[in-house]
Amino acid sequence: MIGLEHYLSLAAGLFVIGIFGIFLNRKNVIILLMSIELMLLAVNINLVAFSYFLGDLVGQVFTLFVLTVAAAEASIGLAILVVFYRNRGSIEVEDVNVMKG
Amino acid sequence: MGVADLVFYLFAITTLVGGLMTVVSKNPVHSVLWLVSAFLSAAGLFILLGAEFVAMLLVIVYVGAVMVLFLFVVMMLDVDYEELRGQMAKYVPLALLIGTIFLMDLGLAFGNWEFAETAKAARAAPAPDPGELHNTAALGRLIYDDYIYLFQAAGLILLVAMVGAIVLSLRHRKDVKRQNVVEQMHRDPAKSMELKDVKPGQGL
Repeated sequence: MIGLEHYLSLAAGLFVIGIFGIFLNRKNVIILLMSIELMLLAVNINLVAFSYFLGDLVGQVFTLFVLTVAAAEASIGLAILVVFYRNRGSIEVEDVNVMKG
Repeated sequence: MGVADLVFYLFAITTLVGGLMTVVSKNPVHSVLWLVSAFLSAAGLFILLGAEFVAMLLVIVYVGAVMVLFLFVVMMLDVDYEELRGQMAKYVPLALLIGTIFLMDLGLAFGNWEFAETAKAARAAPAPDPGELHNTAALGRLIYDDYIYLFQAAGLILLVAMVGAIVLSLRHRKDVKRQNVVEQMHRDPAKSMELKDVKPGQGL
């Protein structure tokens, strides 16, 4: 029988994979953004699992808002990435150290 | 082990494998495709949990829009990804260490625990019986009745994100010839044409 623990351990594994990816791909901003998406997905799995096992729909409403914010974050992040690439010709995180207007 | 359990393990394994391959794969395009597989199997898990609306949202919004956006950006930028990966092996021990520590931290939360006695009574919106009112309708009532301000705020966030993305990535190029509609409309035949009376045999 699949219980809440199964979903929680899956979400924990996914979250840790996201953190692992952030440390592993320290140079590539695109993969960093994807790792953040993975961590948000883990959060969503937690919310939906709690919502189901407690029988409370509010968890799914919160999942909806997390999805919204994640989509907005991804679009803004990618737009910044494109502008940065246009200006510097690279997407290395270590090049992002000049705060000139 | 019933069918539902098997399906759970199938989706759980594909989610984890998809996530892992996203962060370790060599080619960013492959990363995006693995992330798509992770999201699709997570949507399967959501259906298993009876959250059909969120599952479909994940498929349409995430796989359909956000991942395609990622794919566009990955393919549009002409970056040498091999070079970016150069020192990846250097970070593996640190990443593994931090990952293990985090996993152990999260593992502390497991053990013999249950929902409190009062938890059932404290629910804000008890889920209706799926036979009576299915998930999408119930969520719709909840969002439009109780969470209408949050819903509007979510719409505002999306609007701000859209405006921000356009403002950031729009650039006005000076070296391109553009159509000036007003100028075209105010073009006058009397000013733009000149009639010359050419004498026969002489030319201009």
